[in-house]
Amino acid sequence: MWLGALFVLPMLLIVVLSFLKRGTYGQVVYEFTLNNYFRILDPLYGQIFWDTFVVAILTTVFSILFGYPLAYYISRLERTKQQIWLLLVMIPFWINFLVRSYAWVIILRSQGVVNTILQSLGLITEPLPLLYNSGSVLLGMVYTLVPFMVLPIYVSLEQMDRRKLEAAADLGATPWKAFWHITLPMTKSGVVTGSILVFVSSIGMFIVPDVMGGAKSALIGNVIQNQFLSARDWPFGSALSIVLMLLSMLLILLYFRATKASETKEGAA
Amino acid sequence: MKTWRRHTLSGYSWLMLVFLYLPIAILMLYSFNDSRINAVWSGFTWKWYISLFENRQVIQALTNSLTIGIISSVLATVLGTAASLAIKQYSLRWRTIVNGLVYLPIVIPEIMMGLAMLVLFSQIHMELGKATLIMAHVTFSMPYVMVIISARLAEMGGELEEAAQDLGATPWGTLRHVTLPLIMPGIVAGFLMSFTLSLDDFIISFFVAGPNSTTLPLYIYGLVKRGVSPEVNALSTLLIVCTVLLVIIAELFRRKDSKTITF
Repeated sequence: MWLGALFVLPMLLIVVLSFLKRGTYGQVVYEFTLNNYFRILDPLYGQIFWDTFVVAILTTVFSILFGYPLAYYISRLERTKQQIWLLLVMIPFWINFLVRSYAWVIILRSQGVVNTILQSLGLITEPLPLLYNSGSVLLGMVYTLVPFMVLPIYVSLEQMDRRKLEAAADLGATPWKAFWHITLPMTKSGVVTGSILVFVSSIGMFIVPDVMGGAKSALIGNVIQNQFLSARDWPFGSALSIVLMLLSMLLILLYFRATKASETKEGAA
Repeated sequence: MKTWRRHTLSGYSWLMLVFLYLPIAILMLYSFNDSRINAVWSGFTWKWYISLFENRQVIQALTNSLTIGIISSVLATVLGTAASLAIKQYSLRWRTIVNGLVYLPIVIPEIMMGLAMLVLFSQIHMELGKATLIMAHVTFSMPYVMVIISARLAEMGGELEEAAQDLGATPWGTLRHVTLPLIMPGIVAGFLMSFTLSLDDFIISFFVAGPNSTTLPLYIYGLVKRGVSPEVNALSTLLIVCTVLLVIIAELFRRKDSKTITF
């Protein structure tokens, strides 16, 4: 089948490639080696991996904080309004990542919209360095990925049994308590799905750091892209992406475990 | 007390919409700004659009994008529909396995898929160009087609097909006169969705495009990297308008006589 040939096979090829050597001219030499993996142990790459995960985790956390209230609001609307709001949230998600990150460049660059306004108001004399730092990368990530969080949370809110909330209210729970003890635990699956989507997308992301981050805030996606297209060290690039995949799978698994565990605790209490 | 909570929530949600749309709106607005470098508004102009249409490279990129988009979405729709119909016949166990496989390309980081394709094409010595782009685009959009059509098939149930067969329709006849017309909105939505994905894709195309097969997003990337020119704003605006129109049309088709929201 198509997916098998063009998806599974290439993935396996990357695994094979990561154990091979790079020739002098950037070609692949068919000789087994573990060197690519030893090279990753260099603290330089450790730092980049670490930065990548920090950004990805922060992106996920902010997406939950920003996305949950919006999803909650949409789920409380009447049917037709829900459809319109959902479409409104989905449209930016379909617009090109590159174009959306670039839109922020227009706003944040030193001659951009924000600096121009602040300067014409006389609040600042020198343009503020708003772009090309880790803050702008984080902003771009949250901006481009938050729809991924809203949709699954909305779905789980929509499927929730509302009668439980009524029961809680009858038993004297304040709305806040009811939300904390009923709504939130019951929509955990949506939060987990959304987090995984956001997390996975942000660890592999190289557009946002490329366009909004500048040279200093390179993440692992940029390094991998470089190994393939500029440095032409495909085996090392493959090894990096496999380590990235494995580490992110491990994190997702841990996250799954953690949320599952707290769910059973909740059930027992 | 209840109302203030509701007002805060709705106020917040409107703010989120502003957050989502403001950058896009500003980008579009500045594509009509006369000034070349500054963000200061210096008058309305169409000149960036005019210079775009006089630019041979842009026209070439546009032609490439459209050709690749149409061919790959036709292929993805045909293959995706066939696969969804086939999966429906599988036993539950196989269906779960295949469905998992279908979701994988959707959840895996795009960069991985781009790399994997690049490696595959180089190992089979296939020259990078339109053909590799089409193959890659079919691969990443087919799962979306399958998700839409499988949802439609599941919603439909099998009763009508059984009825047709009881009345003596051949399997082919049932497919042609019963199943396909019923899932038509899904097929159209799937086609439009793959076309949108193909038109918009940057990451995967970035790895599998050859020097003569630059697509619109790749061209935009080149402009962004070379420094900010208002032409990028104009080109991005065109891409945004096309995407939004396509998404809305696809949504209308998908929701056509389908009562559930499946996001």
